Amino acid sequence: MDTDHLGRPIVVVTGMGVLTSLGQGQADNWKALTNGTSGIRRITRFPIEGLRTTIAGTVDFVSVPEPSAPALSQRLAELVIEEAVSEAGIGSAGNFPGPLFLALPPVEMEWAQRFALADASGANETVNYDDLIKAAGTGRFEPFYRRFLFGSVAEALADRFGTKGSPVATSTACASGGTAIQLGVEAIRRGEADAALVVGTDCSVNAESLVRFSLLSALSTRNDPPSSASRPFSKDREGFVMAEGAGALVLESLASARARGATVLGVVEGCGEVADGFHRTRSSPDGKPIIACMRAALMDAGIAPEDVDYINAHGTGTPENDKMEWVGASAVFGERASAIPMSSNKSMIGHSLTAAGAVEAIFTVLSIRNGLLPPTINYDIPDPALPVDCVPNVARAATVRHAISNSFGFGGQNVCLVLGSAD
Amino acid sequence: MAHERDALITGIGIVSCLGSGADAHWQALNSFSPVLDTTSFPPFAVHPLAPLELDTQIPKRGDQRQMEMWQRMGVFAAGLALDSAGVKGNTELLSKMGMIVAAGGGERDYAVDSAILSGYPKAANPDAYLNEHLLGDLRPTLFLAQLSNLLAGNISIVHGVIGSSRTFMGEEASGADAVRIACARIAADQADIMLVGGSYNAQRPDVLLHYAMGGLNRHAPFEPVWARQASGGGMSLGSVGCFLVIESRSHAAARGAGAYGHIAAIRTDRSRRQPGEATKNATAQLAAMAGHFNPDGAAAISGASGAPGATTEEAAFLAGVGVPVRAVATALGHSLEPSFPASLALAALAVKNGALFPPLEAAEQPMVAPLKQALVTSWGHWRGESLALVTAA
Repeated sequence: MDTDHLGRPIVVVTGMGVLTSLGQGQADNWKALTNGTSGIRRITRFPIEGLRTTIAGTVDFVSVPEPSAPALSQRLAELVIEEAVSEAGIGSAGNFPGPLFLALPPVEMEWAQRFALADASGANETVNYDDLIKAAGTGRFEPFYRRFLFGSVAEALADRFGTKGSPVATSTACASGGTAIQLGVEAIRRGEADAALVVGTDCSVNAESLVRFSLLSALSTRNDPPSSASRPFSKDREGFVMAEGAGALVLESLASARARGATVLGVVEGCGEVADGFHRTRSSPDGKPIIACMRAALMDAGIAPEDVDYINAHGTGTPENDKMEWVGASAVFGERASAIPMSSNKSMIGHSLTAAGAVEAIFTVLSIRNGLLPPTINYDIPDPALPVDCVPNVARAATVRHAISNSFGFGGQNVCLVLGSAD
Repeated sequence: MAHERDALITGIGIVSCLGSGADAHWQALNSFSPVLDTTSFPPFAVHPLAPLELDTQIPKRGDQRQMEMWQRMGVFAAGLALDSAGVKGNTELLSKMGMIVAAGGGERDYAVDSAILSGYPKAANPDAYLNEHLLGDLRPTLFLAQLSNLLAGNISIVHGVIGSSRTFMGEEASGADAVRIACARIAADQADIMLVGGSYNAQRPDVLLHYAMGGLNRHAPFEPVWARQASGGGMSLGSVGCFLVIESRSHAAARGAGAYGHIAAIRTDRSRRQPGEATKNATAQLAAMAGHFNPDGAAAISGASGAPGATTEEAAFLAGVGVPVRAVATALGHSLEPSFPASLALAALAVKNGALFPPLEAAEQPMVAPLKQALVTSWGHWRGESLALVTAA
């Protein structure tokens, strides 16, 4: 059977590529993740003098000639796409047979470019945007224009990998990776494509982006040691840790994967999405949107709550998120909620923001495939309000047939994916 | 042949320099005179947003304060679209309504930027200076006015559209892909009713700076889109907010809703923009619509940006199609993300009225015959080629 319980094409994963602060590629990441290794470190990319938070899960081993968030995010995306497409063995070099859905952080010019323009303006006492516009008139800054177009990253990736049609770049804040996967699943279910390349990438740790989250009191300030800062579900959690990373998945109809003899790594059984109109940064106190989102995903997948063996939590480590995620899980899974393992990859890799949904979907597929659940590290002080089995501190063997992966973001964004075993 | 999964436009909300709402736009286009601000951002002109009574669509002042202008105009236009479709405040329906927003990013704090740019080179420790001033001077909530997906977020908060919420980024193509995917979801029974659109505030020094770096802003004389090509072309940006309610025919019929038009076909694609490549895409897109397209009684609403190259190539393509053309950017200014939804809105208005509005410049042909269909083009100023066909509902 190549169709699901609603007669739609079954969507499977046939290739994955991942890169985080723990390293490049599935093998290195999986090893570190299941050993409970933290990728959080002191920031060295820019001076940290005067900042409240001085740590992040930066990817320091990838470089580009003219660094900026879109340039680095593009490079990370290229690396994970190469791994995913190679594993899937699909298409040919520069010719991917389907559309591109890319989760990308919002693009904007950065201080390095503003300073370069200010310098070129020749303005002395005060520098304002009129001066920058005058400097722009020299024509010397055309590369900045191109780099900081919102469409530039997706266009470059479409060029390089030969994806088909207009590439779609999406941002649903910290749910973006989940949204990209959902867009790909829907396109395949509609029969528009046999395969889709879905990518989440985020390499945007810079002074201003860090300060923005800092000003919203969202970040952990537990700077020493850096590895201890991300502590999802622990009573003394105090915020998330910004991080970088990328994940790419080749999604394909089961019929297409079978026809070309591809190895099926996992099944995207269902997607749920419900927006929250309560507040710009906070969830509805009753948890209704999160609950409805998880239920929608299970219904889409055609499975019951009791079929879920593992929850890959959004688990940011902010007091609010972890509480609301537990409220949601306990409503959806009832008394069983405390018995379902629910771990947070972010305890080790930090919160890779735009990329998180894709990166964590990949780790969920690896958890299912390997029968091993990555732990939640830094779980030192249980929070009596959250009686969750977060797989504390040490990885655990488990048989998982169906898992869910949650992503929640500012702006009331909620996405839940149901991932199933290939068998 | 009408089909129950046809995608109908049942609501239009649009704000621009021409005014607020579909009727104001229809009237302004039928007695057109340019609305340009040539003094605020010399040496460029922008098409400034007409004054809005924000309270009518965003009743809570607290909500207004939490947004910057690009969000206020978008949320306002979204409210107009919901009103126009007759679904405003229908909590049950809105809780199932999906949303795709095409967005760039929000405004910066220009005073803070200017202070940092001025102080940084003189600071004893420039890096510490930057950190100190970012931490000390940025308003904490400004971030939420800058994030691309917070236009959608504010629409959820203010209007209660919560069925789904996705934001696409990528200039002109993002607006066209938003509409394309909404129509595809409706056709495939993945959605019944969607809110789709975006907003763009052109009255911002940072966006003018961006296109100044690209050498793409038009300088004086500020001529219409086609006429200005003889003197180098260029874009005159315009502030536009536009949202459409797109709905399946069966869903609209079940609730007794009227429609402005039927999106009979829509295609989006990309090319590397070597000469002729955009034309090749557009030609293939039009060929794919041959079953629906009838040049008799048809016109083209063009999203040509004014940028040289793409605009002249599009003009030649449209001349080959042989229908009367209107370049919307002459009237509204070019608005990147919402430009395609706005062109689609004007096309649907024209089809509903059975008449094309008069030429916006000498290069455009009058049309006396009744209008039955309208093609809508969107060739991005840099990348992306899109084509839609609107027919009578």
